[in-house]
Amino acid sequence: MRPVCCTHMTDTSQNILEVRNLSKSYGALQVTNNVSMTLKHGEALGIIGPNGAGKSTLFNLIAGTQPVNEGQIILSGQDVTKSTPALRCRMGVGRTYQIPKPFNGMTVLENLLVAATNGGALSLPDATDKSLEILEDLGLGDLADVPASQLRLLDRKRLEMARALATEPSLLLLDEIAGGLTEDECETLVQTINNIRASGTSIIWIEHVVHALLAVVDRLVVINFGAVLAEGDPQETFNSKDVQEIYLGIEA
Amino acid sequence: MSTQNMFRLGLFALIIGALLLGPYWASRGTMRLLIEVFYFLALAQIWNLLAGYSGLISVGQQAFVGLGGYLIFSLAMFAGVPVLVGLPLAGLLTALIAWPTAFVAFRLSGPYFAIGTWVIAEVYRLVFAQIPALGGGSGISLPANIVKAMASSRSARESMTYWIALGIMLAVVLGIWALMRSRVGLSLSAMRDDDEAAISVGVETRKLKFLIYIVTAGITGLIGALIFLQKLRVTPDAAFSVNEWSVLVIFIVVIGGIGTLEGPILGIILFFVLREFLADLGSWYMVILGTVSVVIILVEPKGLWGLIQRWKPVSLFPVTRRSDG
Repeated sequence: MRPVCCTHMTDTSQNILEVRNLSKSYGALQVTNNVSMTLKHGEALGIIGPNGAGKSTLFNLIAGTQPVNEGQIILSGQDVTKSTPALRCRMGVGRTYQIPKPFNGMTVLENLLVAATNGGALSLPDATDKSLEILEDLGLGDLADVPASQLRLLDRKRLEMARALATEPSLLLLDEIAGGLTEDECETLVQTINNIRASGTSIIWIEHVVHALLAVVDRLVVINFGAVLAEGDPQETFNSKDVQEIYLGIEA
Repeated sequence: MSTQNMFRLGLFALIIGALLLGPYWASRGTMRLLIEVFYFLALAQIWNLLAGYSGLISVGQQAFVGLGGYLIFSLAMFAGVPVLVGLPLAGLLTALIAWPTAFVAFRLSGPYFAIGTWVIAEVYRLVFAQIPALGGGSGISLPANIVKAMASSRSARESMTYWIALGIMLAVVLGIWALMRSRVGLSLSAMRDDDEAAISVGVETRKLKFLIYIVTAGITGLIGALIFLQKLRVTPDAAFSVNEWSVLVIFIVVIGGIGTLEGPILGIILFFVLREFLADLGSWYMVILGTVSVVIILVEPKGLWGLIQRWKPVSLFPVTRRSDG
């Protein structure tokens, strides 16, 4: 039986993430405008929206690489609005960047070791086992000892994901990880992400490749001009008149 | 143990053994030269740790060389501290003084950080030139009674200085090697390559920068204390010389190969060979040094060690972690 609950009160223990009335602006430019959203443990949430809508900024605020102007970020019931990004990572926030940011002076394996020993707080031997396992899963096993600077785009994207996973995240933030991939590569990626989900990791995924996104997420949020425009069942939300008009720029 | 490891261990043992026995085979002049090689190599490895491994480009290491020098003189002259106690104490105090300095330096980043460190060193130089008890602008010599108290004879004092310099150099080289093989070394390299990405995988880059800055300052202070204990005289211009303690040190690291432990060793050999043959040429010596470094960097940005690696990829101090263990 569902507990009787009053409006605006949620049971925080169920939510891995709660974002409350988040706002961020650069000078006169409002990039995040009063955004609120919650994510349950194990849930996968998709975010779409036009370029410049403030999607990546939202990740920067959640991961802590940029400070918020207003609002609150609650991670597993704890207010982390003022916490350092490194601490948030240790608390379980893993993220990928839209433009991959590999550590170019290091090998692929070492890239993961940094993540596993810091964010994952593992000892070096444990981190090595864990990292090699992740590399194998993501098809980078043969490239473990290759300098990250020598990877092609697809492998750089895989490394970006592998490194985020090496921090042992309970909440994974994926930023346009499918862009530029072929159909086959995209299918493999969807499978990989579904596997990560199946292991209990909660996911927020920003993506322009909508069909890939819809194959994974439970819920879709549409962002435009820094604010939440629509939210709900992925297929329904994506097909709604407002979203088609604004997101695809067509008169529906 | 693999043959490569055996070879490496044998080579190290041979070189360290020969150097340890230095006072028994080397002339007074050779020992002086070797002491200089030791402390320049230690300074070069420290700068390499900052710039090459951690991405913190400082041109203000002379701040800590000078502080160490003045501190050991002050401790010996005004507090009556025996110099053997004064050496580590000078290093420790340098680290303590570097702590508030770090807050100023890390307000800046990249090239601004570099310039900031230089400015900080200049401030120290100007301050020490104002202290009459330390001889003001013309500096001060270590009083004869303190020099005599260091050891029973001149040659005993020189041997002692030699062994301390050798010990510090070995500790710095092997210490950095161990550090770079640890998880801290991985974090430092990550911070150098991409600060934001490092933060995002859980590296506390701000804390790490402070820590590495203060620890290297302390060790640089210790080296500085030894340098001026050997010279027996300290002046503001010599103690806080940007040419001597930053420019030459950077030259050694860059021509040898930045971001490797082997590079500064090659760099120091080339530097001292050039100096022994060219020092009489006056300012032409500096012109030639500059030309050599430009040519090497144009041919191979990774320096002499990079050239060797192109021909044969070997490693005397391996730090890379491989998937096969």
